[in-house]
Amino acid sequence: MNMEDMILPKIKNIPPSGIRKYFDIINEMENVISLGIGEPDFVTPWNIREASIYSLEKGHTHYSANAGLIELRKEIADYLKRNFCVSYNPEDQIIVTVGGSEAIDIALRALVGPGDEVIIPEPSFVAYKGCTAFAGATPKVVNLRAEDNFKLTPKLLENAITPKTKVLIFPFPNNPTGAIMTKDGIKAIVDVLKDKNIIVLSDEIYAELTYGKKHVSIASFPEMKDKTILVSGFSKAYAMTGWRIGYVCGHPSLISAMKKIHQYAIMCSPTMSQYAAIEALKNSYESVGEMVREYNRRRNVMVNGFRKMGLQCFEPQGAFYAFPSIKSTGLTSDEFCEKLLKTEKVLVIPGNAFGQCGEGFVRACYATSMDKIMEALKRIDNFIHSQVS
Amino acid sequence: MEEILEVLEKNSKLSAKEIAEMTGKGVEEVQKSIKEYEDKKIILGYMTLINWEKTDKESVMAFIEIKVTPQREYGFDKIAARIYRFPEVKACYLMSGGFDLAVIIEGKTMKEVALFVSQKLAVQEYVLSTATHFVLKKYKDEGVEFEGKEQDDREAIII
Repeated sequence: MNMEDMILPKIKNIPPSGIRKYFDIINEMENVISLGIGEPDFVTPWNIREASIYSLEKGHTHYSANAGLIELRKEIADYLKRNFCVSYNPEDQIIVTVGGSEAIDIALRALVGPGDEVIIPEPSFVAYKGCTAFAGATPKVVNLRAEDNFKLTPKLLENAITPKTKVLIFPFPNNPTGAIMTKDGIKAIVDVLKDKNIIVLSDEIYAELTYGKKHVSIASFPEMKDKTILVSGFSKAYAMTGWRIGYVCGHPSLISAMKKIHQYAIMCSPTMSQYAAIEALKNSYESVGEMVREYNRRRNVMVNGFRKMGLQCFEPQGAFYAFPSIKSTGLTSDEFCEKLLKTEKVLVIPGNAFGQCGEGFVRACYATSMDKIMEALKRIDNFIHSQVS
Repeated sequence: MEEILEVLEKNSKLSAKEIAEMTGKGVEEVQKSIKEYEDKKIILGYMTLINWEKTDKESVMAFIEIKVTPQREYGFDKIAARIYRFPEVKACYLMSGGFDLAVIIEGKTMKEVALFVSQKLAVQEYVLSTATHFVLKKYKDEGVEFEGKEQDDREAIII
């Protein structure tokens, strides 16, 4: 039996990650500064870790309700109302998921299949396209442009909509560009969508990490509330990536459909992570503020650093990534990253890993210590000068 | 938000230029603010946090609880001043609760500290009693953990 023949074509056709090779190179090298990983360098605040340990000591080691502990769902509802003016009923409009990733997967699996189109603005997180393909639907890529500050414009959206469009992925604040959508920008998108039968999958995992402007949720527009599925989680804001805990909110019918998949595939999110998440929402306002202020300082240093080297760098207003253009070096994104890693031992990720329109850019994550950022910038500067001479 | 202070409190080695870059302010603006903080004694000094246990220096630290009789007109301030002017006194606080002054003393040996307490502190007029507690081990000081600092052990993952 040829095992390869047993695999579904839609899975087989998904190309292996182009980034893998960089991590293989890294493993062979010493003294590498990685600006490659998209996760906080901060350790989860102690009060959160301690709450989880306490839950274990008390013996809370069983399944929770499929949708998650009701106490946690209530905290999530309060939090979303308080911060982003969106109201959800914790009883039937929220599922606690295994990270935002599960939420994206179950939302797409519940909504789309063969013949449906999912609009995916790129550059963006790689899972959207993958999950769309797993569901058997067709990704319809919208190429965001540096000249629009990597925002989704009504025109780009209108051009992508067809009678088959069922879902729009709305990934802001954006990984990898750091772009955010302001209230006015969202309003223009809402005007395009309001009389269409399209569900918006709004991935707001970076909502807490904005600099200068507060995040606005598309779900806070009354005409969009029922048509929006809001995905978020604890990984980025609370430095809880390893806990695998997120959530999805939306119309009760959609949530009920997603819950069917969730309860068979997952049962429930890890209970100890749920107790940690309750503590995060209740008592971590200060720690989050402190982390955001530190990210902002690193962001300033990194963006200025790239600009001083002569690279064009759009000002990221959210997440923890800078996305400079490296076109002036004459190298492709891949060449740039590979040469930089081999000569100066700094890892950044080629922009085209996040979609073809990311070619000519690289993603540098500033969720790493200030010392390392400064050293990395020096090395990148050396590299760029060695390319010119 | 006094961001310059927040940044300097964690790392006093940063130059005005570096702080300017981090905070998005101008270099001159940062220099001016720092000068003002110094003039107004908001910034009192630039210290270095040292783990002396890793050196050959002999040193011992004690935490002294002192009960005193407050003085008419001066309250606790005058007696506190008589105590905190000794260079051996590293810190001195007025406390609520079971005693009045908390004093941190550093000396070379336990004997030296004990002698200092009995000969210089306990004998002060208005001092009613002292209780000396020696520090056996420092786990954390000024917000910095002395050992077991978590390393950056993030593993490579696809995005």
